[in-house]
Amino acid sequence: MTTRTRTVALLLIAALVLVVGVPLLLPDWIVFLLTVASAKALAVLGVVLLLRGKLLTFGHALYYAAGAYAGGMAVRYLGVHEALVLLALALAAGVAVSALLGLLVARYRAVYFALLNLAFSMVLYGMLLKLYNVFGGTDGIGIHEPTLAGFRLSGLAMYELSISLTALLVFLTHRFFVSPLGYTLRAIRDNEVRVEYMGVSVWRAVYVSYIIAGALAAVSGGLIALAVGHITPDLAFWSQSGEFVFVAILGGTGSVLAPVVGSVLFEFVRNYAFKLSPYTWQMTLGIVLLLIIFFLPGGVWSLTARLPRRSHR
Amino acid sequence: MSALLETVGLTRFFGSVRAAEDLNMRVEQGETVGIIGSNGSGKTTFLNLATGYLKPERGRILLDGQDTTALPPRAITRLGVARSFQIPQLYLGMTVLEAMLLSLAARDGRIGMWAPLLRGEWIAEARQVLAQFALDSHAERLIAELPEGSRKLLDIALAVALKPRLLLMDEPTAGVSTEDKFEVMDTLSTVLRGSGITTIFVEHDMDVVQRYSRRVLVFDQGLVIADGEPAKVLGDADVRRAVLGHV
Amino acid sequence: MRLLLVVGLDGLAYASWLFLVSAGLTFTYGVLRVLNLAHGNLYALGAYLGATLVLHYAATGSTPALTYALLLLAALVIGVVVGPLIERLFLRRVYSRDEEVQLLLTFSISLILEDVVKLTWGVTPIFADLPYTYLGRVRLGGVNYAWYPFLLTAIALAVGAFLWLVVTRTRLGKILTSVITDREVSLTLGINVPLVYTLAFTAGAVLAALGGALTAPMFSLVPGVGAEVLVTSFAVIAIGGLGSIGGAALGSLLVGMARSFAVYKFPEMDLYVIYLIMALVLLFRPQGFFGEIEVRRI
Repeated sequence: MTTRTRTVALLLIAALVLVVGVPLLLPDWIVFLLTVASAKALAVLGVVLLLRGKLLTFGHALYYAAGAYAGGMAVRYLGVHEALVLLALALAAGVAVSALLGLLVARYRAVYFALLNLAFSMVLYGMLLKLYNVFGGTDGIGIHEPTLAGFRLSGLAMYELSISLTALLVFLTHRFFVSPLGYTLRAIRDNEVRVEYMGVSVWRAVYVSYIIAGALAAVSGGLIALAVGHITPDLAFWSQSGEFVFVAILGGTGSVLAPVVGSVLFEFVRNYAFKLSPYTWQMTLGIVLLLIIFFLPGGVWSLTARLPRRSHR
Repeated sequence: MSALLETVGLTRFFGSVRAAEDLNMRVEQGETVGIIGSNGSGKTTFLNLATGYLKPERGRILLDGQDTTALPPRAITRLGVARSFQIPQLYLGMTVLEAMLLSLAARDGRIGMWAPLLRGEWIAEARQVLAQFALDSHAERLIAELPEGSRKLLDIALAVALKPRLLLMDEPTAGVSTEDKFEVMDTLSTVLRGSGITTIFVEHDMDVVQRYSRRVLVFDQGLVIADGEPAKVLGDADVRRAVLGHV
Repeated sequence: MRLLLVVGLDGLAYASWLFLVSAGLTFTYGVLRVLNLAHGNLYALGAYLGATLVLHYAATGSTPALTYALLLLAALVIGVVVGPLIERLFLRRVYSRDEEVQLLLTFSISLILEDVVKLTWGVTPIFADLPYTYLGRVRLGGVNYAWYPFLLTAIALAVGAFLWLVVTRTRLGKILTSVITDREVSLTLGINVPLVYTLAFTAGAVLAALGGALTAPMFSLVPGVGAEVLVTSFAVIAIGGLGSIGGAALGSLLVGMARSFAVYKFPEMDLYVIYLIMALVLLFRPQGFFGEIEVRRI
């Protein structure tokens, strides 16, 4: 019981710090950075979820962009400005597209899985870029003056919305991870044949996981659309997918919190590094990724796991 | 009454290698059958065919009268067939307990997304099954860290946990040291005896087959060349030559 | 009839281009079982170096015909220098690890090379069209065609034939086939498998760079070219079957012709045709036309 009360206490303190302390004590630009980081963390969480089934995707920005543009389209064509509606639409778009593409993609693993997702994400990118009349091309779509339950969505309110929604979804994903389906996904990573011989459908487990991962990324995109106020086709570009993969690998797949921590670190570092030298940013990512591959296969999170190891959660 | 497992004209080649040719056999409910044969005689292929992992070129497989030839392993498992493997097929990244719990969840068809896997109703039963196989002391260990013999037992335990009607075991003592062989088989027999599970196990160790089966089928190059009581079948010179290469 | 000619020739041109850019990717996968995500970057490097050489030469030199040799030279240099570098320094160390790790590795290389291109050549577009314009045009069936795409077709056929001959008729080909079929057995037969891997990867790199170098005269070069080429190449070889040169040829032809026809009817479709075909083929034949399904032995 004491461990449980201790965890709850820790969570409450963390919540207090994040919800009240941060906006009160830290400057606006940091609050904004945290807003963006926590939103993007959801897309990374989607990638991590799939990685637990050893499913590496290089196209997750597909759902990120789908969510953002679902919101954007509602703004542009339906005049919707309510954040909650836009987020709901983002979620719906993510579920719909992943449910459709998952039918094909869930059959595959390894190279095919990774590249099929990449291919489809680049198709979406192409569409967003070229169908100027529908999507606004490189000009993108502006999401001006959104509201939250009728009230103006200020920077502070956006921050609170982002971290609470992220906290909720992280919690739900944690429930998924410890559920039978979550364990089935891990079993699929280790031994698909055995899973089938338990009478469980591997395809169905992968399909459902894929939809959940897509939904997470779509909500992420919806939040970003609201936070940044402007969306462009770049949201679907392969380098965005690459970033999600990078942060996922950086944080490791060991914990639901890793994507959040990793995302925050990433946004801060990127903020500085990109300004310093934009033409070496990707190279830096590449080099760091190589270092992780060779020296820290469990991601940075594995450094904290010097605790008595039970199972690779 | 139909046999629990029956194959009719089962045929499967790998190129020119004959793994099964016009193989006909029946196993009735409640039997404990050993299948013996030299390497390459088609024993593992038989299990792969019977459980739907491979498809035959000709012939049918019937489970309790139902034609299961076209079904995948998943469906056949759900019909009450469980299988263990020559090389243990395990989830190396999980603990022993977690793997057992997953088996139970699968058995009950409760692979949900919300309630945790580690829940009371299953944990008790999981520990109980593990205890039957003397694995309960390993419950919290990562499967990757289990010794070889325990891995074998776990592989079988996970199959038994599914409460099948028919249990197929592929070389349950393979990779187990000679001293431990009988211990493993004794544990197995104790567990299976009261359960009413029909058992077919593939072996190439004649002593094990002699001691633990009530009936023996001898495979040789995809054909059943003998079928009967262990003592009689294994005493036959032709059988010994086929299985051991000498008399 | 004119329609058939127009669509046919356009299709052939596009098919040739597709084959040239995807042959290297499928060849590398066939031998090493690794999908080189840096393939697009090798293409880009070949294109940029080729363009640079041509532009320098065009400014001072006198024989336009030499620019073709320069393109080939660029491809060779990139392939032979960067290929072994990637394979020996990095890829070699992850052969024993999961496919996902190998993908991440080639992805890291891709990220690095992406910036290498930007740092070396900047982001302003480069256009070295002399090799293209030098060949001029020809009038067929009442329509003007550039000769250059026909050169591409000839080279594509030559490359295809060369690869086929090497694999089926030479001793090297037999060694390659042996390594592809069974690495372990090949080792016991005394084949220097690590060397074969390096050579195969290098060959794939040369092919990728060749695709880039030959294409450079046709379009303005910007840093982003690599990504699109990678994705397009993957689609083609997925259709044809990963690892199959013949599959790449068939896939290229199929997509080339289909796109050409579709574009004639629905111009906006040009982006999607290849992926539609890929999705359709994979729905009914998950391993592509000539690909293999690996069944795990239990």
